[in-house]
Amino acid sequence: MIELLYWQGCPSHPEAKALLEQVLAELGRDNEIVMTEVTSDEEAERLRFPGSPTIRVDGRDIDAEGASGRPSLTCRIYHLPDGRVSPVPSREQLEAALR
Amino acid sequence: MSIELGTEAPPFELPGVDGVDHSLDDYLGAKLLALVQYCNHCPYVLAWEDRLMALARDYAARGLAVVAVNSNDVARYPEDSFGRMKERAEDLGFPFDYLFDESQTLAHTLGAERTPEVFLFDEARRLRYHGAIDDSRDDETVQQNYLRDAIEALLAGVEPPVTETEAVGCSVKWK
Repeated sequence: MIELLYWQGCPSHPEAKALLEQVLAELGRDNEIVMTEVTSDEEAERLRFPGSPTIRVDGRDIDAEGASGRPSLTCRIYHLPDGRVSPVPSREQLEAALR
Repeated sequence: MSIELGTEAPPFELPGVDGVDHSLDDYLGAKLLALVQYCNHCPYVLAWEDRLMALARDYAARGLAVVAVNSNDVARYPEDSFGRMKERAEDLGFPFDYLFDESQTLAHTLGAERTPEVFLFDEARRLRYHGAIDDSRDDETVQQNYLRDAIEALLAGVEPPVTETEAVGCSVKWK
């Protein structure tokens, strides 16, 4: 199962979803993406949501390093392969998680 | 709702990471003043950070003052606390003042909604450009340098080619 958890206060989830769909298509997979909106600190805590967007494949976060962040309604920080900061995961991260 | 173009810069007096309180009048000598809604924790701020630092350095000698302002609720976002602001500014050597708007008064007065979000005022301290630093958080795909172009235009005494854009970034974290 592929889950994308998001918070509306951060504008990055549409871009993340589009990138995820693109990578899935390139890998020839037709998995459904289960979208879950997180709306409160309590929900963030319950869902272990370290920021938006959070993507899990079969329950495993695609970015192990960021997965342990404090649950919070916030934009999540990802790092691109060249070290730059990004509000969405890299294509490489998604590919590695989906292979 | 953000302030309209032509609006006068609001007065403020806020503590800076340099240990000094800063007011609007402290920047009287600057030809241009860029108030930038800012914070520590937002990936959009971090993605644009090098470009904002470069702008501050590039135009300091030509009369631009960049002032970053963090108004976020630090109870819910402790990464944005005044102590963490000081650490970040020191670690990176910010070439601009970084002020803490704990009461959120300045953010409310400006009508700021995002971090980062730019309010560029001219020498008469009227708002002349509002919005994003440029058109892409990815520095490799930038095509429109909105803030840089507005600065160049105002320094040349002409209207900025673009005066308003949508600021893309994290929401200001209200109390």
